[in-house]
Amino acid sequence: MKPAQFQYHAPTTIAETLDLLARYAQDDGRVLAGGQSLVPTMAFRLARPKHLVDINGVSELNRVRVENGRLCIGAGVRHSAFEKPVEDGPLGGLLASVVRHIAHRPIRVRGTFCGSIAHADPASEWCAVAAALDAEMVAESKISGTRVIPAREFFEGIMTTALHEGELLREVRLPILPKGTHAGFAEYSRRAGDYAIAMAVATYRLKNGMMSDMHIAVGGAEAAPRRLPEAERTLIGRPPNFGIFQAAGHAARQAVDPIDDPSIGADYRRGIVRAMVIRALESAAS
Amino acid sequence: MNEQSGGTKWIGMPVERLEDPPLVTGRGRFAGDINFPRQLHMRTDAARALPGVVAVWTAADITDVPPIDFREGPIEKLAPYRQPVLAIDRLRYVGEPVAAVFAHDPYVAEDAADLVTMEVEELPVLLDARDEPGEFSFGRDTEATILTQGYGDVEAVFKSAAHVVELKLTSGRHSGVPLECRGAIGRYDASRDVLELHGAAKVPHRNKELIARMLKRAPASVQCYESHVGGGFGIRGEIYPEDILVCVAAIRFERPVKWIEDRREHLIAANHSRNQHHHIKAACTDEGEILAIDDVIHHDNGAYVRTHATRVAMMTCGVLPGPYRVPGAYRAICHFRLTNKTPAATYRAPGRFETTFVRERLVDAIAHQLRLDPIHVRRLNAVRVDEMPFKRPLEALGEEIHFDSGDYHALLDITLNHVDWQNLNKELAARREQGEMVGVGLAMFVEKAGLGPADGVRIQVDTSGEIEVITGGASIGQGFETVMAQVAAECIGADMTKMRVTHGNTERIEHGIGAHASRATVMTASATRVAALKVREKALDIAAELMQSPVDTLDIVNGEVVIADRPGGPSMTLGAIAAALGPSSKARGDREPGLSAEGWFYTDHQVYPYGNHLAVVQVDPDTGGVKVLRYVVGYDIGRAINPTLVKGQIAGGFAQGLGGALMEEFTYNERGDPLAVTFADYLMPTVRETPDLEIILREDYPSPLNPLGIKGAGESGVNAVGAAIASAIDDAIGIPGAITVLPVTPQRLKAIIDGKR
Repeated sequence: MKPAQFQYHAPTTIAETLDLLARYAQDDGRVLAGGQSLVPTMAFRLARPKHLVDINGVSELNRVRVENGRLCIGAGVRHSAFEKPVEDGPLGGLLASVVRHIAHRPIRVRGTFCGSIAHADPASEWCAVAAALDAEMVAESKISGTRVIPAREFFEGIMTTALHEGELLREVRLPILPKGTHAGFAEYSRRAGDYAIAMAVATYRLKNGMMSDMHIAVGGAEAAPRRLPEAERTLIGRPPNFGIFQAAGHAARQAVDPIDDPSIGADYRRGIVRAMVIRALESAAS
Repeated sequence: MNEQSGGTKWIGMPVERLEDPPLVTGRGRFAGDINFPRQLHMRTDAARALPGVVAVWTAADITDVPPIDFREGPIEKLAPYRQPVLAIDRLRYVGEPVAAVFAHDPYVAEDAADLVTMEVEELPVLLDARDEPGEFSFGRDTEATILTQGYGDVEAVFKSAAHVVELKLTSGRHSGVPLECRGAIGRYDASRDVLELHGAAKVPHRNKELIARMLKRAPASVQCYESHVGGGFGIRGEIYPEDILVCVAAIRFERPVKWIEDRREHLIAANHSRNQHHHIKAACTDEGEILAIDDVIHHDNGAYVRTHATRVAMMTCGVLPGPYRVPGAYRAICHFRLTNKTPAATYRAPGRFETTFVRERLVDAIAHQLRLDPIHVRRLNAVRVDEMPFKRPLEALGEEIHFDSGDYHALLDITLNHVDWQNLNKELAARREQGEMVGVGLAMFVEKAGLGPADGVRIQVDTSGEIEVITGGASIGQGFETVMAQVAAECIGADMTKMRVTHGNTERIEHGIGAHASRATVMTASATRVAALKVREKALDIAAELMQSPVDTLDIVNGEVVIADRPGGPSMTLGAIAAALGPSSKARGDREPGLSAEGWFYTDHQVYPYGNHLAVVQVDPDTGGVKVLRYVVGYDIGRAINPTLVKGQIAGGFAQGLGGALMEEFTYNERGDPLAVTFADYLMPTVRETPDLEIILREDYPSPLNPLGIKGAGESGVNAVGAAIASAIDDAIGIPGAITVLPVTPQRLKAIIDGKR
């Protein structure tokens, strides 16, 4: 459990970071933020980056701000920053309820929101939130400048994203949810803090007692998190109640094509997807 | 039962641990903290020359080193199945050491180990001990031996029995996972021709003998040194290939050689345990009396037979009947088989966690099949207090089983009353009516502890009055020093905080039993008592002369000899008495020099503490997840030297049992690759999954086999967890006998629940 040799770089500005990435990305250079996934992977020598570009000293990346109706989360912002609501509306509340499920406290004070998005573990809570809310990922590199990538195009597979070599995921933007938006989250893991077997995020608004602006995303179950229009459709224009939530859960169960691994079978995971969609909706409704 | 008259009472008091100050102030010294000048670092791997690499060894480089031998001595029949220190010709499990790299720096050693390449032809693997045995080596198959224990005419009893109840059950593969991984530092002192092994644990004296035997050295030229040990649980401290490698390398290079295990290695290299398949039958009367048991066991021992030989399997055969009488006949046939998995051996409550699960499942099944109350069936079959001592023609650790004392029925009542059994069942039934899946389960068990035949302790008092208790025991974190200090202090009449307890150092004392099989308190504390009483007698004898007062007027209070009925009268400290007994002291007369004594304790039989576990669980029908709502352990320990430490032992064992019941499992894919190699895959319960534990600690039946009445604490918390939780889950989901496999993972349980619907 000792990493292979690597060269360590510690820039202090975004410009310097992009310079270093431009220089070393093709030579197996990687961004080091919280290091909560990367460093253990290096200890097992499953990852052997030759260069690490540590962005912890780039203070301009450490900000959360609201701009043009969006919550902009910089690449240095830790998970624990969301434990108290970062904004007064439903979004701040949702993020605060989700963050409790991310690993354990020592990991939450070190790991970063954008690091989780860039790492794109299928069971990442933030990735599921990003998919559910149609987040925008702001990528930047010296060569191609700044790109804004929508969530549905960003997550491509297990730990695979649309980021190019040499690009820094500078920030992630989440839409501020209007007042009155109902938002809920549920996940199932065998122990508190473990990678979830499946999770669901649900948000909706009520118009004359009927659900609208319906967003349901599932994480952990498939190679990448995504919204499930099949489940969303069953709910639009209906009043929220347990019966219709069950129908949505059933639709979600049918719609997913779960990961089948030796320890968790696809069929079992499908059942968990159903249960988590129902629980996320119940939590949103309560 | 105070051991002396006027002094402070220490035995039975929940005093704080003596060993904690260094541990909680960062002054502990674990294997990783031990360093010597010029040391080399070893990695084992499955190298080419890199700068800094001193040597790379394969089996061809150590042909003079025999396979790892059995701890209790040679066993001809099993010898071919021993593990070579480095693999020869055939690799039998993933994790088997193939090459060893020695380098100046641990990073370089790891880089070099990375470069080791192997040409390996992949062979079919054998992963299930129930499958037909395959070839182990020419002329030998993977069924290393068949073990049996039993009595009576099994066929005859079954033939005439009113009912036969039959079950197939499996206990999964899990193990003790200490916080501190293994570590070994070999050092050879050429000036004295002494080989030293630092980082020894559990059984340093046995390991000294074993290393000497394997390396053909005189035992006096091998010394083992225990440092702080971050958990043992039976798996840590056995001799493994790495321990031998650092010793051999230290002699060859004449340089210290250090090896520290990482967690991934630990999970694939250190002993696994528990993996057994039972096909068990009981012959019963209409009333539910168990007349006979017939069990066929397939014991999965992994790839080799390690230091314990067949100990777990043999124990399994002997202890299975537990607290029940089984008067007619009994037979256990154990197919001791090797598979292509990590070798297996003892883990806390070896053979008992497994058999309590099997036996208590069987009792539940009998009750269900005969439509009887499971508590009633347990009462009917349990050995009664008037049958004690109860002898059974079966053996555990080579001794015939003699339950020394106890009232199993009374303790059962105590536990049932504690939870208000009738009302608890009513409440749970009412909750089930409302759609909740909640249930309760109970399991009874008998533990065993205090394996003899002998242990010795030396106590010496220096001229400052500090008392050193020198033992051949070992401390694996259980509070060994505190317990020995309590016993010595009370028996002498001293202050226990002024004690120094020495353990795990073969240079300080000739013999030692270490810390295993819940022996330390029974054996070593009993020997400590003998030595302490001798020191007291010696001190009083010379004090009577020096203080000019007859012995029977004297007492020792807090390390001072006083005249009992004259408070404020003359006194002498133990330090002054030690000085008076010095070799050149005139006051000594013709007494033997030194205020010191050696004490031995002998016993012919182990002691058998007993208890019961009760679990209340809730099952989530959507996920198959199990939450333990309440857990009760009732346990009669005979005599608790330190109740706080006993409860700590029970609580820690319970958490490990909970892991084995619900989470922990070493799994393999179809090619034999281990799938649980990190803490992300090998799930141990954390504080969030572990409920508060209710412990009913009783001292109703002190053991008649030792003067303090001690029965042993180490393995009672883990013993019946699988059994109690399985029974509670059955109750919660309303399917009697549903649980046949441990651990009960959510996925397995969900399939069971869905199958019902």
